[in-house]
Amino acid sequence: MGNARVAAPTIDALGQFTLSTGLGPIGAAVNFTNANEMMLLAAVLILAALHYGSRARAVVPGRLQALAEIGYEFVRNMCLDTIGEEGRDFFPFVFTLFFFILVGNLLGLFPYFFAFTSHIAVTAVLALSVFILSIVVGLRYHGLHFFTYFFPAGAPKALAPVLIPIEILSFLSRPISHSVRLFANIVAGHVMWEVFAGFMLMLTAGLGTAGLFVSIVPLAINVVLVGFELLVAFLQAYVFAILTCLYLHDAVHLH
Amino acid sequence: MAGTEPEDARFEERLRAAEERRRRADGAGRSEGVPGGALVAGLRVGAELVAALAVALAIGWGLDRWLGTAPWLMVAMFPLGAAAGVMNVWRAFRREGS
Repeated sequence: MGNARVAAPTIDALGQFTLSTGLGPIGAAVNFTNANEMMLLAAVLILAALHYGSRARAVVPGRLQALAEIGYEFVRNMCLDTIGEEGRDFFPFVFTLFFFILVGNLLGLFPYFFAFTSHIAVTAVLALSVFILSIVVGLRYHGLHFFTYFFPAGAPKALAPVLIPIEILSFLSRPISHSVRLFANIVAGHVMWEVFAGFMLMLTAGLGTAGLFVSIVPLAINVVLVGFELLVAFLQAYVFAILTCLYLHDAVHLH
Repeated sequence: MAGTEPEDARFEERLRAAEERRRRADGAGRSEGVPGGALVAGLRVGAELVAALAVALAIGWGLDRWLGTAPWLMVAMFPLGAAAGVMNVWRAFRREGS
Protein backbone atom coordinates (compact mmCIF):
# COMPACT_ATOMS: atom_id res chain seq x y z
CA MET A 1 0.00 0.00 0.00
CA GLY A 2 1.27 3.43 -0.92
CA ASN A 3 4.81 2.39 -1.92
CA ALA A 4 4.67 5.07 -4.58
CA ARG A 5 4.14 7.70 -1.92
CA VAL A 6 7.39 6.72 -0.17
CA ALA A 7 9.78 8.37 -2.63
CA ALA A 8 12.83 8.44 -0.37
CA PRO A 9 13.48 5.07 1.29
CA THR A 10 12.03 5.92 4.67
CA ILE A 11 9.09 4.24 6.33
CA ASP A 12 6.04 6.47 6.64
CA ALA A 13 3.78 3.88 8.21
CA LEU A 14 0.97 6.21 9.22
CA GLY A 15 0.82 8.44 6.13
CA GLN A 16 -1.62 6.04 4.52
CA PHE A 17 -4.28 6.93 7.10
CA THR A 18 -4.25 10.65 6.29
CA LEU A 19 -7.60 12.00 5.23
CA SER A 20 -7.85 14.00 2.04
CA THR A 21 -10.88 15.29 0.23
CA GLY A 22 -12.53 13.19 -2.43
CA LEU A 23 -14.84 13.79 -5.39
CA GLY A 24 -12.90 16.75 -6.79
CA PRO A 25 -13.74 20.40 -6.08
CA ILE A 26 -17.31 19.66 -5.01
CA GLY A 27 -16.08 17.18 -2.40
CA ALA A 28 -13.43 19.64 -1.24
CA ALA A 29 -16.04 22.37 -0.77
CA VAL A 30 -18.11 20.24 1.62
CA ASN A 31 -15.19 18.35 3.21
CA PHE A 32 -16.22 15.06 1.66
CA THR A 33 -13.22 12.88 2.52
CA ASN A 34 -11.69 9.82 0.91
CA ALA A 35 -13.05 7.86 3.90
CA ASN A 36 -16.56 9.03 2.99
CA GLU A 37 -15.94 7.93 -0.59
CA MET A 38 -15.16 4.42 0.63
CA MET A 39 -18.21 4.37 2.91
CA LEU A 40 -20.38 5.36 -0.01
CA LEU A 41 -18.75 2.74 -2.22
CA ALA A 42 -19.26 0.09 0.48
CA ALA A 43 -22.93 1.01 0.86
CA VAL A 44 -23.49 0.98 -2.91
CA LEU A 45 -21.73 -2.40 -3.27
CA ILE A 46 -23.81 -3.98 -0.50
CA LEU A 47 -27.09 -2.59 -1.83
CA ALA A 48 -26.24 -3.62 -5.39
CA ALA A 49 -25.24 -7.15 -4.33
CA LEU A 50 -28.45 -7.56 -2.33
CA HIS A 51 -30.64 -6.01 -5.01
CA TYR A 52 -29.30 -8.08 -7.88
CA GLY A 53 -28.92 -11.11 -5.62
CA SER A 54 -32.55 -11.11 -4.58
CA ARG A 55 -33.94 -10.24 -8.02
CA ALA A 56 -33.59 -13.66 -9.62
CA ARG A 57 -35.54 -15.55 -6.92
CA ALA A 58 -34.40 -18.86 -8.37
CA VAL A 59 -35.06 -22.08 -6.46
CA VAL A 60 -31.50 -23.10 -7.22
CA PRO A 61 -29.63 -19.86 -6.54
CA GLY A 62 -26.94 -18.47 -8.80
CA ARG A 63 -23.69 -17.11 -7.36
CA LEU A 64 -24.95 -13.66 -6.41
CA GLN A 65 -28.20 -15.01 -5.01
CA ALA A 66 -26.29 -17.62 -3.01
CA LEU A 67 -24.07 -14.85 -1.63
CA ALA A 68 -27.08 -12.79 -0.58
CA GLU A 69 -28.83 -15.80 0.94
CA ILE A 70 -25.77 -17.02 2.83
CA GLY A 71 -25.15 -13.53 4.17
CA TYR A 72 -28.77 -13.18 5.25
CA GLU A 73 -28.92 -16.57 6.96
CA PHE A 74 -25.52 -16.16 8.62
CA VAL A 75 -26.50 -12.90 10.31
CA ARG A 76 -30.02 -14.10 11.05
CA ASN A 77 -28.72 -17.20 12.83
CA MET A 78 -26.21 -15.09 14.72
CA CYS A 79 -29.02 -12.83 15.95
CA LEU A 80 -31.39 -15.64 16.89
CA ASP A 81 -28.72 -17.79 18.56
CA THR A 82 -27.22 -14.95 20.57
CA ILE A 83 -30.13 -12.67 21.42
CA GLY A 84 -32.95 -15.22 21.33
CA GLU A 85 -36.44 -14.77 19.86
CA GLU A 86 -36.14 -10.97 20.19
CA GLY A 87 -33.14 -11.15 17.84
CA ARG A 88 -35.62 -10.85 14.98
CA ASP A 89 -36.19 -7.19 15.88
CA PHE A 90 -32.50 -6.35 15.78
CA PHE A 91 -31.63 -8.32 12.66
CA PRO A 92 -31.68 -5.34 10.25
CA PHE A 93 -29.39 -3.33 12.54
CA VAL A 94 -26.86 -6.14 13.01
CA PHE A 95 -27.01 -7.04 9.31
CA THR A 96 -26.25 -3.46 8.26
CA LEU A 97 -23.46 -3.13 10.79
CA PHE A 98 -21.84 -6.46 9.87
CA PHE A 99 -21.82 -5.89 6.13
CA PHE A 100 -20.80 -2.24 6.36
CA ILE A 101 -17.76 -3.16 8.45
CA LEU A 102 -16.96 -6.29 6.44
CA VAL A 103 -17.06 -4.54 3.06
CA GLY A 104 -15.19 -1.57 4.55
CA ASN A 105 -12.43 -3.86 5.80
CA LEU A 106 -12.23 -5.70 2.49
CA LEU A 107 -12.15 -2.51 0.42
CA GLY A 108 -9.35 -1.26 2.65
CA LEU A 109 -7.19 -4.19 1.53
CA PHE A 110 -6.97 -2.91 -2.05
CA PRO A 111 -3.94 -0.79 -2.94
CA TYR A 112 -4.71 2.96 -3.00
CA PHE A 113 -8.07 2.36 -1.35
CA PHE A 114 -8.74 3.88 2.02
CA ALA A 115 -9.64 1.63 4.96
CA PHE A 116 -12.25 3.71 6.79
CA THR A 117 -12.40 1.22 9.67
CA SER A 118 -8.81 2.25 10.47
CA HIS A 119 -10.11 5.49 11.98
CA ILE A 120 -11.14 5.41 15.63
CA ALA A 121 -13.66 8.16 14.91
CA VAL A 122 -15.56 5.79 12.61
CA THR A 123 -15.41 2.71 14.84
CA ALA A 124 -16.20 4.77 17.95
CA VAL A 125 -19.36 6.15 16.37
CA LEU A 126 -20.44 2.64 15.39
CA ALA A 127 -19.67 1.30 18.89
CA LEU A 128 -21.41 4.24 20.58
CA SER A 129 -24.52 3.74 18.48
CA VAL A 130 -24.60 0.11 19.68
CA PHE A 131 -23.98 1.24 23.27
CA ILE A 132 -26.76 3.83 23.20
CA LEU A 133 -29.11 1.41 21.45
CA SER A 134 -28.47 -1.21 24.15
CA ILE A 135 -29.33 1.33 26.89
CA VAL A 136 -32.47 2.45 25.07
CA VAL A 137 -33.52 -1.17 24.49
CA GLY A 138 -32.86 -2.01 28.14
CA LEU A 139 -34.98 0.92 29.34
CA ARG A 140 -37.67 0.13 26.79
CA TYR A 141 -37.94 -3.55 27.79
CA HIS A 142 -37.51 -3.19 31.54
CA GLY A 143 -38.07 0.46 32.47
CA LEU A 144 -36.17 1.51 35.58
CA HIS A 145 -35.79 -2.16 36.45
CA PHE A 146 -32.96 -2.04 33.88
CA PHE A 147 -30.66 -0.53 36.54
CA THR A 148 -30.76 -3.76 38.55
CA TYR A 149 -28.36 -4.92 35.82
CA PHE A 150 -25.63 -3.15 37.80
CA PHE A 151 -26.18 -5.31 40.87
CA PRO A 152 -25.88 -9.06 40.24
CA ALA A 153 -28.85 -10.95 41.67
CA GLY A 154 -28.02 -13.01 44.74
CA ALA A 155 -24.87 -11.09 45.68
CA PRO A 156 -24.58 -10.12 49.35
CA LYS A 157 -25.97 -6.63 50.04
CA ALA A 158 -22.82 -5.67 51.96
CA LEU A 159 -20.78 -5.91 48.77
CA ALA A 160 -22.97 -3.39 46.92
CA PRO A 161 -20.62 -0.38 47.37
CA VAL A 162 -17.84 -2.34 45.66
CA LEU A 163 -19.84 -4.33 43.12
CA ILE A 164 -21.92 -1.51 41.70
CA PRO A 165 -18.95 0.72 40.73
CA ILE A 166 -17.23 -2.31 39.19
CA GLU A 167 -20.33 -3.21 37.20
CA ILE A 168 -20.75 0.37 36.02
CA LEU A 169 -17.10 0.54 34.96
CA SER A 170 -17.45 -2.77 33.17
CA PHE A 171 -20.53 -1.45 31.38
CA LEU A 172 -18.86 1.85 30.45
CA SER A 173 -15.81 0.04 29.08
CA ARG A 174 -17.91 -1.68 26.41
CA PRO A 175 -17.84 0.97 23.70
CA ILE A 176 -14.08 1.43 24.29
CA SER A 177 -13.09 -2.20 23.79
CA HIS A 178 -15.72 -2.56 21.07
CA SER A 179 -14.29 0.29 18.97
CA VAL A 180 -10.58 -0.04 19.79
CA ARG A 181 -10.47 -3.72 18.82
CA LEU A 182 -11.64 -3.13 15.25
CA PHE A 183 -9.63 0.05 14.73
CA ALA A 184 -6.41 -1.37 16.21
CA ASN A 185 -6.53 -4.57 14.17
CA ILE A 186 -7.03 -2.76 10.89
CA VAL A 187 -4.34 -0.17 11.66
CA ALA A 188 -1.85 -2.84 12.76
CA GLY A 189 -2.32 -4.80 9.55
CA HIS A 190 -1.87 -1.80 7.29
CA VAL A 191 1.15 -0.55 9.23
CA MET A 192 2.82 -3.95 8.88
CA TRP A 193 2.28 -3.87 5.12
CA GLU A 194 3.76 -0.41 4.87
CA VAL A 195 6.75 -1.34 7.03
CA PHE A 196 7.63 -4.42 5.00
CA ALA A 197 7.08 -2.58 1.74
CA GLY A 198 9.40 0.12 3.10
CA PHE A 199 12.02 -2.54 3.82
CA MET A 200 12.00 -3.50 0.17
CA LEU A 201 12.75 0.07 -0.90
CA MET A 202 15.45 0.45 1.74
CA LEU A 203 17.09 -2.82 0.70
CA THR A 204 17.23 -1.88 -2.97
CA ALA A 205 18.46 1.62 -2.13
CA GLY A 206 21.13 0.31 0.23
CA LEU A 207 22.36 -2.87 -1.48
CA GLY A 208 21.75 -2.15 -5.14
CA THR A 209 21.22 -5.22 -7.29
CA ALA A 210 21.77 -7.63 -4.40
CA GLY A 211 19.08 -5.74 -2.52
CA LEU A 212 16.61 -6.51 -5.29
CA PHE A 213 17.04 -10.21 -4.58
CA VAL A 214 17.06 -9.88 -0.79
CA SER A 215 13.85 -7.84 -0.90
CA ILE A 216 12.05 -10.99 -2.00
CA VAL A 217 11.89 -11.82 1.72
CA PRO A 218 9.76 -8.80 2.76
CA LEU A 219 7.72 -9.26 -0.42
CA ALA A 220 6.97 -12.85 0.58
CA ILE A 221 6.02 -11.70 4.07
CA ASN A 222 3.63 -9.16 2.56
CA VAL A 223 2.02 -11.84 0.41
CA VAL A 224 1.42 -13.92 3.53
CA LEU A 225 0.08 -10.83 5.28
CA VAL A 226 -2.51 -10.35 2.53
CA GLY A 227 -4.00 -13.71 3.46
CA PHE A 228 -3.80 -12.90 7.14
CA GLU A 229 -5.45 -9.51 6.66
CA LEU A 230 -8.25 -11.16 4.72
CA LEU A 231 -8.88 -13.36 7.76
CA VAL A 232 -8.71 -10.36 10.10
CA ALA A 233 -11.16 -8.42 7.91
CA PHE A 234 -13.77 -11.16 8.24
CA LEU A 235 -13.01 -11.96 11.85
CA GLN A 236 -13.18 -8.38 13.09
CA ALA A 237 -16.47 -7.75 11.31
CA TYR A 238 -17.78 -10.96 12.89
CA VAL A 239 -16.48 -10.04 16.36
CA PHE A 240 -18.05 -6.60 16.10
CA ALA A 241 -21.40 -8.08 15.10
CA ILE A 242 -21.40 -10.86 17.69
CA LEU A 243 -20.54 -8.40 20.47
CA THR A 244 -23.37 -6.17 19.30
CA CYS A 245 -25.64 -9.20 19.66
CA LEU A 246 -24.24 -9.98 23.14
CA TYR A 247 -24.81 -6.42 24.35
CA LEU A 248 -28.34 -6.45 22.98
CA HIS A 249 -28.88 -9.83 24.65
CA ASP A 250 -27.83 -8.32 27.97
CA ALA A 251 -30.19 -5.38 27.43
CA VAL A 252 -33.10 -7.68 26.59
CA HIS A 253 -32.51 -10.36 29.24
CA LEU A 254 -30.66 -8.40 31.95
CA HIS A 255 -27.95 -10.95 32.66
CA MET B 1 -50.84 -51.60 -2.82
CA ALA B 2 -49.63 -54.06 -0.24
CA GLY B 3 -46.09 -53.52 -1.43
CA THR B 4 -46.12 -49.74 -0.88
CA GLU B 5 -46.87 -50.06 2.82
CA PRO B 6 -43.48 -51.45 3.95
CA GLU B 7 -41.79 -49.24 1.33
CA ASP B 8 -43.29 -46.13 2.99
CA ALA B 9 -42.36 -47.37 6.44
CA ARG B 10 -38.81 -47.94 5.32
CA PHE B 11 -38.73 -44.48 3.76
CA GLU B 12 -39.92 -42.86 6.99
CA GLU B 13 -37.25 -44.79 8.86
CA ARG B 14 -34.54 -43.72 6.43
CA LEU B 15 -35.73 -40.12 6.61
CA ARG B 16 -35.61 -40.17 10.40
CA ALA B 17 -32.14 -41.68 10.37
CA ALA B 18 -30.94 -39.06 7.88
CA GLU B 19 -32.43 -36.23 9.94
CA GLU B 20 -30.81 -37.64 13.06
CA ARG B 21 -27.43 -37.79 11.30
CA ARG B 22 -27.88 -34.26 10.08
CA ARG B 23 -28.82 -32.96 13.51
CA ARG B 24 -25.84 -34.68 15.10
CA ALA B 25 -23.51 -33.16 12.51
CA ASP B 26 -25.02 -29.71 13.12
CA GLY B 27 -24.77 -30.13 16.85
CA ALA B 28 -21.13 -31.18 16.60
CA GLY B 29 -20.43 -28.15 14.43
CA ARG B 30 -22.04 -25.83 16.95
CA SER B 31 -20.18 -27.17 19.98
CA GLU B 32 -16.93 -26.60 18.11
CA GLY B 33 -18.04 -22.97 17.90
CA VAL B 34 -17.64 -20.62 14.99
CA PRO B 35 -14.72 -21.03 12.61
CA GLY B 36 -11.76 -19.64 14.49
CA GLY B 37 -13.71 -19.52 17.76
CA ALA B 38 -10.52 -19.57 19.83
CA LEU B 39 -9.09 -16.76 17.73
CA VAL B 40 -12.23 -14.68 18.27
CA ALA B 41 -12.01 -15.24 22.02
CA GLY B 42 -8.32 -14.39 22.06
CA LEU B 43 -8.84 -11.16 20.15
CA ARG B 44 -11.57 -10.13 22.57
CA VAL B 45 -9.72 -10.67 25.83
CA GLY B 46 -6.85 -8.20 25.42
CA ALA B 47 -9.08 -5.28 24.61
CA GLU B 48 -11.63 -6.16 27.34
CA LEU B 49 -8.97 -6.23 30.04
CA VAL B 50 -7.43 -2.88 29.13
CA ALA B 51 -10.64 -1.01 28.28
CA ALA B 52 -12.14 -1.18 31.78
CA LEU B 53 -8.87 -0.03 33.32
CA ALA B 54 -8.65 2.86 30.85
CA VAL B 55 -12.19 3.97 31.65
CA ALA B 56 -11.54 3.78 35.41
CA LEU B 57 -8.30 5.76 35.16
CA ALA B 58 -9.89 8.35 32.87
CA ILE B 59 -12.77 8.87 35.31
CA GLY B 60 -10.34 9.07 38.25
CA TRP B 61 -8.12 11.54 36.43
CA GLY B 62 -11.07 13.69 35.41
CA LEU B 63 -12.51 13.77 38.95
CA ASP B 64 -9.07 14.59 40.34
CA ARG B 65 -8.71 17.51 37.97
CA TRP B 66 -12.18 18.74 38.83
CA LEU B 67 -11.91 18.35 42.63
CA GLY B 68 -8.17 19.00 42.93
CA THR B 69 -7.55 15.75 44.78
CA ALA B 70 -4.78 14.39 42.53
CA PRO B 71 -3.77 11.63 42.54
CA TRP B 72 -6.00 9.98 45.12
CA LEU B 73 -9.19 9.34 43.16
CA MET B 74 -7.20 7.92 40.28
CA VAL B 75 -5.43 5.63 42.74
CA ALA B 76 -8.77 4.61 44.23
CA MET B 77 -10.23 3.91 40.79
CA PHE B 78 -7.32 1.71 39.74
CA PRO B 79 -8.31 -1.48 41.64
CA LEU B 80 -11.94 -0.99 40.63
CA GLY B 81 -10.97 -0.72 36.97
CA ALA B 82 -8.71 -3.77 37.22
CA ALA B 83 -11.54 -5.74 38.83
CA ALA B 84 -13.96 -4.62 36.11
CA GLY B 85 -11.46 -5.70 33.45
CA VAL B 86 -11.09 -9.14 34.96
CA MET B 87 -14.86 -9.38 35.22
CA ASN B 88 -15.20 -8.49 31.52
CA VAL B 89 -12.86 -11.35 30.63
CA TRP B 90 -14.61 -13.75 32.96
CA ARG B 91 -17.97 -12.85 31.42
CA ALA B 92 -16.63 -13.37 27.91
CA PHE B 93 -15.42 -16.87 28.74
CA ARG B 94 -18.39 -17.90 30.79
CA ARG B 95 -20.51 -17.22 27.69
CA GLU B 96 -18.15 -19.12 25.42
CA GLY B 97 -18.46 -22.09 27.79
CA SER B 98 -22.24 -22.15 28.08
